[in-house]
Amino acid sequence: MKYLQQFLRILTISFLGELCHSLISLPIPASIYGMAFLFLALKTGMMKPEQIRQTSQFFVGIMGVLFVCPAVGLLNCWELLQKHGAAILTIVVVSLLLTFAISGRVTQRLLKKEDA
Amino acid sequence: MLAENAFLPILLTLASYEVGRAIQRKTGNSLCNPILIGAILTASMLLLLKIPVDAYQSGCAPLQYLLTPATICYALGLYEQLEKLKKQLGAILAGILCGSIVSLLSIRAMASMFSLDDVLTISLLPKSITTAIGMVLSSEAGGIAALTTAAIVITGVLGNVFGESLCKLFRIHHPIAQGVAFGTASHAVGTSRAMELSQLTGAVSSLSLTVAGVITAVLFHFLIP
Repeated sequence: MKYLQQFLRILTISFLGELCHSLISLPIPASIYGMAFLFLALKTGMMKPEQIRQTSQFFVGIMGVLFVCPAVGLLNCWELLQKHGAAILTIVVVSLLLTFAISGRVTQRLLKKEDA
Repeated sequence: MLAENAFLPILLTLASYEVGRAIQRKTGNSLCNPILIGAILTASMLLLLKIPVDAYQSGCAPLQYLLTPATICYALGLYEQLEKLKKQLGAILAGILCGSIVSLLSIRAMASMFSLDDVLTISLLPKSITTAIGMVLSSEAGGIAALTTAAIVITGVLGNVFGESLCKLFRIHHPIAQGVAFGTASHAVGTSRAMELSQLTGAVSSLSLTVAGVITAVLFHFLIP
């Protein structure tokens, strides 16, 4: 029953997140509101980590498999991808490299300074 | 007959993913990524069994339903690692901000270089952030949601597969900096890999994907052609 109770708590937060998403006309998804709510609930002590731990660990653990279906969805816009494949792939790869390098390096540089 | 079987889509997905995990365990190679192998195996099976992609995707809906609750659970890791992050919050936010700006500017510049039309440019701009925000930004500005999703998924899978090698290549060795890079450059799919590296990396990555999503949502409107 422990798992069901934990799932109930997480679903309640998901429900509130979805509610905010439908009430507020900003392009912010339910999951971001939900993360903020759960964080606040933990921070204020309204919820204890033990009250959601096992079910949370299960969900975080299965995250990877949830991306298989969207990845298969690439087949749906295959034509568009083929037509502009080279341009799209170049843009995706180069901007990934730049973003990864810059964000990581900037943070690392500033961390070292704070340590010293 | 098979296309109507309610259990086949999720069965295929889980089985393909497990095969991917087994291959990764055996080879220890990060290229043998379970999401990548899972998607390729599933797609091949769909083509082989002549099951339409749309039918497969609606069959997977019960699984996709878990995506929002699962993402919300990242907040637990974030909360428990917060003490370690407090002092470094400035560095973390600076990294995310710079990364998000570079992402948008580089996409915009390359789109002009390849002389892509406005619709394609808009569709590609939000490709570094989580699907839920990116898709909405793109379609509200007149982009093609399916293409945005495709670009987001490719970005995420590449970040998930090559993230560790990129950390070595760019000499990003601090777990906090690695988390910022994973989350800012490759959103939730990258974060699922960061979670496997360490608790701290995963927590920073989930913070970064959230902040990068919000920053991008704001800056996006200034970069629309």
